[in-house]
Amino acid sequence: MALKVNVGEKIKKYIIVIVLFALVAFFSILTPSFLTVDNLLTIARQVSMTGIAAVGMMFVLLIGGIDLSIGSQVAFVNILCAFLIINAGVPVVPAILICLAVSTATGLLMGTMVAVIRIPAFIATLSFMNILKGAALSISSGLPIYGFPEGFNMVGQGYIGIVPIPVIIMVVVFIAGAFILNKSYLGRYFYAVGGNEEAARLSGINVRMVIQLVFSLSAFFAAVSGLVTLSRLNSGSPQTGDGFEFDVITAVVLGGVSISGGSGTMLGTVVGVLIMGVLSNGLIMLNTSEYMQLIIKGIVLALAVGIDCVQRNRVKVKPSAKEAE
Amino acid sequence: MSNRAIIQLSHITKQYPGVVALDDISLEIREGEILALAGENGAGKSTLIKTIAGAITPSSGTIGINNREYGSLSPAQAREAGVSVIYQEFNLVNELSVTDNIFLGEYKMKGLVLDKKAMRRKTEEVFRQLDIHISPDTLVKDLSVAYQQMVEIAKAIAKNAKILIMDEPSAPLTGQEVENMFRVVSTLKKAGVTFIYITHRLEEIFRISDRIAVMRDGKLITVRNTKDINEDELVRLMIGRELTGTYPKHEMKETDDIVLKIDGLTGNGLKDISLEVRKGEILGIGGLVGAGRTELAEMLFGIVHPERGSIAVNGKPVSIQKPLDAIRSGIALVPEDRKRHGALLHLSIQQNISIPSLPGLSKMTFIHSGREQKLVDQYMKALRIKAPDSRQLVKNLSGGNQQKVVLAKWLAMEPDLILFDEPTRGIDIGAKFEIYQIMTELVKKGKAIIMISSEMPELIGMSDRIVILRNGRLTGYLKKGEFDQEQIMRYASLS
Repeated sequence: MALKVNVGEKIKKYIIVIVLFALVAFFSILTPSFLTVDNLLTIARQVSMTGIAAVGMMFVLLIGGIDLSIGSQVAFVNILCAFLIINAGVPVVPAILICLAVSTATGLLMGTMVAVIRIPAFIATLSFMNILKGAALSISSGLPIYGFPEGFNMVGQGYIGIVPIPVIIMVVVFIAGAFILNKSYLGRYFYAVGGNEEAARLSGINVRMVIQLVFSLSAFFAAVSGLVTLSRLNSGSPQTGDGFEFDVITAVVLGGVSISGGSGTMLGTVVGVLIMGVLSNGLIMLNTSEYMQLIIKGIVLALAVGIDCVQRNRVKVKPSAKEAE
Repeated sequence: MSNRAIIQLSHITKQYPGVVALDDISLEIREGEILALAGENGAGKSTLIKTIAGAITPSSGTIGINNREYGSLSPAQAREAGVSVIYQEFNLVNELSVTDNIFLGEYKMKGLVLDKKAMRRKTEEVFRQLDIHISPDTLVKDLSVAYQQMVEIAKAIAKNAKILIMDEPSAPLTGQEVENMFRVVSTLKKAGVTFIYITHRLEEIFRISDRIAVMRDGKLITVRNTKDINEDELVRLMIGRELTGTYPKHEMKETDDIVLKIDGLTGNGLKDISLEVRKGEILGIGGLVGAGRTELAEMLFGIVHPERGSIAVNGKPVSIQKPLDAIRSGIALVPEDRKRHGALLHLSIQQNISIPSLPGLSKMTFIHSGREQKLVDQYMKALRIKAPDSRQLVKNLSGGNQQKVVLAKWLAMEPDLILFDEPTRGIDIGAKFEIYQIMTELVKKGKAIIMISSEMPELIGMSDRIVILRNGRLTGYLKKGEFDQEQIMRYASLS
């Protein structure tokens, strides 16, 4: 019995890696320029925004929540930072710190709505999706803000060796995520709360604090992602981040993080992010229209969640593993 | 009452993996009688009535209703045959009127529209028959529990129920309301309705039943005419089994070290509970389901806040607002519902055992994995948890081993007082004994234990002292040597 479960879990764990390689092989055959160092680095850079935010989203899904606000968070932080630097004349570093603090505070607020008032995460973050977007549009009057000082674009557009700096930031965030998840007891708490909130509370875990922390982290990582985007585009626009939450949720779920909470790994999330990147890049190289891409990504999300649900139901139907010794 | 059998159960057996819930039950229920179903918690009464209602399909045996035999009876067939069950939880829609509830799902129609007049008339007629004054237009949510129960009964009667099964109908009612309910029951009995009546309250059984069927451990022990049996004999029949000598002996040292003292604790359905637990003793808490035993544990562990009263641990008054406060005061809870409240099934043994200890094993939230492993190994060994290694997921363990994991989690926090709520529920015999041994070892080491148990032999075999709750009040206090099953049963079920 135990052996069977392990084999099943192993297959589940590696199936997305197999999917990733299959996709890479598929696009390599169709477009010869796909499998080149240049293009692979391009993919890595393209996914870096998704990847950075995916770590926060993963935490949220682990505790059984969801964060729909991150796309608007990206737009908000874009405009706020651009406004502070260009219109208000705040120096770059303090402006960035202010943005991170404000974003994290909105996350804390969402976490409080969920943990204390018990508003479903879906609604709490949906309301902030509008609030943040509205704030971005209000500050900017709906117009882009540009005219950053020289060198502001270094982070978004620069390289260390041949590696784009956003990729390096993403890798650092991934490593930080893995540490929080596996080495710190906070990660243990995320799994506990997501799998069985009541038992977690009865084990002495401060469930409220965990929920507040997780939503704060999600907002923080979304803000980091938004600031990297700002630096790359070198102008702030309230339209940045449209549909971003969709890409991030799809990547994380694709990586095997359960939408009902309690299970998922950092490695899976990384692979999910890469699959989304490979898919986007490959489809563009095949000249698929942007509209068609939306359809395909929608199907991918439905499939990923569908597989998760089917597996979950199967576990339920299976009689509980041997009750007696 | 005629002698015609309206329900004929032959050789009904219901097996669940590892448990026989009903064991070869043959029982005849006569038309127009009130048959009381008596037995301890878990004797199989609920399973039996669910079988008659078609909610559970027996593994073998047949059910005859009105001379028709069913191998597998569906709920719809049971209703069709005239069987109706009034469960403890009512099946009413609060936002709808009494009439709408009575005809829910089986509306009377006039062409394409509801025939409201006819339904209203029928409702009035049923209430007149029951001699109950409820307006058909009242919303169910505006009725008291007693009247809601009457609506349930009226609903059954409006659908021509011939057999009414009532599961603990008096539990939510006050004294006067119980009298009213009895009056309705006898009115219906005169009209030819047959009753199966389940209650823990012995005095009710003797007041209204014609015959008593006694169940124990899934078996039908006997069926007697109510007038041929007295209370003492009934209690003896319900308990039945001899106490086996499978409980580890421990000599309670007479100490005066009071670990827990609660005074006048009120709230969560409990009224004015005061008791003390000393170092090195097992205090048993007896009582029927719903008497307030689990509710007491919930208050001590900070799941529900008391309205009044005080709690002191080791002589110091404590304020327990949340489980974390209880844990910090040295109190641990091994809950009744292990899978929902005790174990984190989706995590490993290691992750379960260490979870409350993690802050102490970490620096800057980062876990010192060597120290964690050491702690986990120590308690896995001490409690003899059987698993290939500590990375095994808890959901793949047996019930007994899961219970040990929950216990290990708490022992690692070195509590002074451990609350056990039904410590051996769903655990097989061998593992049960091991849990008993561990409990005995714990009190020898000077821990104090509060054990809530519905299993009489367990309660008597393990406890040094027993307190008994009934309807949220402490009704009995017995020292070792003073208690036996009949005494406990009396305190638990007689007012």
